[in-house]
Amino acid sequence: MYITASIAILVTLGLVLARALMGPTVYDRIAAINMFGTKIVLLIAVFSFLSGQQDLLDIALVYALINFIGVVAVLRLVAYGDFHSSGEENKK
Amino acid sequence: MIVDALSWICLVAGGLVGVVGAVGIHRFPDFYSRQHATGTTDTLCAILILLGLGLQAGISLAAFKIALIFLFLILTSPTATHALANAAMHGGLKPKTDSTPGEGKS
Repeated sequence: MYITASIAILVTLGLVLARALMGPTVYDRIAAINMFGTKIVLLIAVFSFLSGQQDLLDIALVYALINFIGVVAVLRLVAYGDFHSSGEENKK
Repeated sequence: MIVDALSWICLVAGGLVGVVGAVGIHRFPDFYSRQHATGTTDTLCAILILLGLGLQAGISLAAFKIALIFLFLILTSPTATHALANAAMHGGLKPKTDSTPGEGKS
């Protein structure tokens, strides 16, 4: 049962990675990596049940958060050219 | 017995929805239509798989952690998709309607 779910997730990871490599625009790549991250969260959760250690769920939890932060950070980098931290420096 | 069958169905359905999303990300011609494919199936795949795992875990600490992951994924995934589409539109990526020629056929 867990094997089928993890194989399905691995297939989606492969396809999404292919899109990340092939994606014409940079936004395709960010979307693919975002989807890659959420699938990794699910893979960790399924694997924690597969191997019996329930403690791995914490890692999946942290990974979900870091993935979101990462995507938003890359978006800010792409949208504003720099990280646009506070904006006072380049306003002068 | 019912719980095992139900969680088995949820897990396999989640896997299938994930594969559908991945195929969708390849089949759609334009970035915005691809966002449609990934946005919906991404969240639905998370819902189904985490529901299947939650059923397996029963009432325990693991089920609480799965509920937390479920909550975070439900909140952050659509937000990230929205921010991404917003940044793309702000960045000048035109959606490929039939009148305006979008980027090339991938």
